[in-house]
Amino acid sequence: MQLVLEKRAERSKAIALISPLIAIGLTIVTMSILFAILGKNPISALGVYFIDPLTDSYSLQELVVKATPLVMIAVGLSLCYLANAWNIGAEGQFLIGAVAGSWLAVKTQGTGAGHWVLPAMLLLGAVAGALYALIPAICKVRFGAGEILTSLMLVYVADLFLDYLVRGPWRDPAGFNFPTTAEFDPVATVPVLIEGGRLHLGAIIALLVVAAATVLLGRTIKGFEIRVVGAAPRAAGFGGFNSNQLILLTFAISGALAGLAGIIEVAGPVGHLQPGISPGYGFTAIIVAFLGRLNPVGILIAGLFLALTFIGGEQAQIAMKIPLDVTKVFQGILLFYVLACDSLILYRFRLIFASRQVPSGTG
Amino acid sequence: MELVEAIVLAVLAASTPLLIAATGELVTERAGVLNLGVEGMMIVGAACGFAGAWLTGSTTLGALCGIVAGTLLSLIFAMMTLGLAVNQVATGLALTILGIGLSGLIGAGFVGEKVTPAAHLHIPGLTDIPLVGRILFGEDAFVYLSLALLVGVWLFLYRTRAGLVLRAIGDNHVSAHALGYPVLKIRLFAVMFGGACAGLAGAYLPLAYTPFFIPGMTAGRGWIALALVVFSSWRPGLLVVGAYLFGAVTILQLHAQGAGFGIPSQFMSALPYLATVIVLVLISRARTGGSTAPAALGTVFVPDR
Repeated sequence: MQLVLEKRAERSKAIALISPLIAIGLTIVTMSILFAILGKNPISALGVYFIDPLTDSYSLQELVVKATPLVMIAVGLSLCYLANAWNIGAEGQFLIGAVAGSWLAVKTQGTGAGHWVLPAMLLLGAVAGALYALIPAICKVRFGAGEILTSLMLVYVADLFLDYLVRGPWRDPAGFNFPTTAEFDPVATVPVLIEGGRLHLGAIIALLVVAAATVLLGRTIKGFEIRVVGAAPRAAGFGGFNSNQLILLTFAISGALAGLAGIIEVAGPVGHLQPGISPGYGFTAIIVAFLGRLNPVGILIAGLFLALTFIGGEQAQIAMKIPLDVTKVFQGILLFYVLACDSLILYRFRLIFASRQVPSGTG
Repeated sequence: MELVEAIVLAVLAASTPLLIAATGELVTERAGVLNLGVEGMMIVGAACGFAGAWLTGSTTLGALCGIVAGTLLSLIFAMMTLGLAVNQVATGLALTILGIGLSGLIGAGFVGEKVTPAAHLHIPGLTDIPLVGRILFGEDAFVYLSLALLVGVWLFLYRTRAGLVLRAIGDNHVSAHALGYPVLKIRLFAVMFGGACAGLAGAYLPLAYTPFFIPGMTAGRGWIALALVVFSSWRPGLLVVGAYLFGAVTILQLHAQGAGFGIPSQFMSALPYLATVIVLVLISRARTGGSTAPAALGTVFVPDR
């Protein structure tokens, strides 16, 4: 028996739509088996993971809070991946954005500065994220150094830099030696949308990002260039598109969005700068981008779904003592299935049985 | 002199996991497959290697567990990229994410436990020679194995017919297929070899480098191994130079932290990662006359029968 791939004459539109759903279905089956191996009842574990977070207002708000950075980062990454530029260092750009914005919050602390502080912080975060993402992009365009490894290495550097700041110069003097800055002033904090709730302005910004990306990709020449450079580099060359410029552009946009997400996270739900502000948003966003089919609206839905796995994972840890690492296993398996199902869009799978195989004269 | 000896010993120990993982990945890439999941396979190798050694009390069985774990993960990768023609970059990332999660699950029960570290060679007389004795004749088995592996890979790639076929497939899979070579089958073996090496390299960490398991203990070594393959221009000879150079950077920054020049420790810890970026830039810049990478690296192959 042999599996053979046959190229489809054109991309299958129907499968493009249902393939993420097939992938999620297969993941849930696999996870049930894993839960059973861990000695947990699969039905109740899946309930805690996927149903319970949707049943109360606090969890629903938390869902949007967690989806906000995922969606913002993934929209940026999707532009890179569409242009065939592999930015996998969004986690580092997220951290650097958080650091840059926090600088202003720390410096203006207790000075009675006005309402300009928060917008300036967001701007700083986005600019710093973009500049940090431009390092691997320039290394690629100017020197031909592979962007995958350089962008990833810079994640470790950013992580250590943040660690240095909160243990050294920016440490809260009244913080009992904990590695954290002081709580940001109200003017340096992202406002919440519902009084006393967790939902904050970042969610609106994420929606605006999705809308802007939809327009960019669907309605502008630049968006068209990005898609052509990735899908048909030779055609893009004949069309006179500057692929190097597009690499720089997509890296800068994705870095800016990751940096913005970083400072929103710190100035919003967290409230101060400390190590461990991200449970791996920059990496999970890669899965969000693929699950959302590199499409802004798809990413919005995929972001909410993966946010659910974060919250479900936390609740499953508390309620059923399921280790938190199960969430990462879950996310990794999901990405495998998404990619495998994507193969169905381009190819038709056929099982060939050796006994029935007829020698063909044309092959 | 004592200090020099200690530093050389430490550099060899720090370089060995990089060398083993990079040797495996070099073979995989020479066959035209880019497996970015080295970090994931390594960290699962570390967890399984430690679990195996702790349960059986044997370093050898632990190392075997690591090898098996790395190979199994690489089979998932092969199924996806060779069987279903999925993008290799994305699949490698998925493998790393999955590996980090799996190693946490497997290793959770072993955090805080200890195993007896791998035994070091001792030849009376030879090992006791001052200065060079312990460096040449007093290493653990992994160090010698890593060098034997490298020589074996060099002999295989450049002195055997199968090695020639493997390189041909990595450079032009269409022509190799037309000549009747089983492209996907040979790539499968190359991917599995890479997985086995990554698993062994991971197992080295809790079995010989530090005798306990910490979650996330590979700390990016899998990615540095990938960078080393690029640095070596896909040639085993340069790979060993690169691995020892990186081992040296790692150890020197540790010593500098200890000596304390007033430089924050985080800046020193960032050195190996920054060095990787700088080396990648320098090496890519020097290669303006064209790439030395296997020509078919990272491209999918679907046989047209």
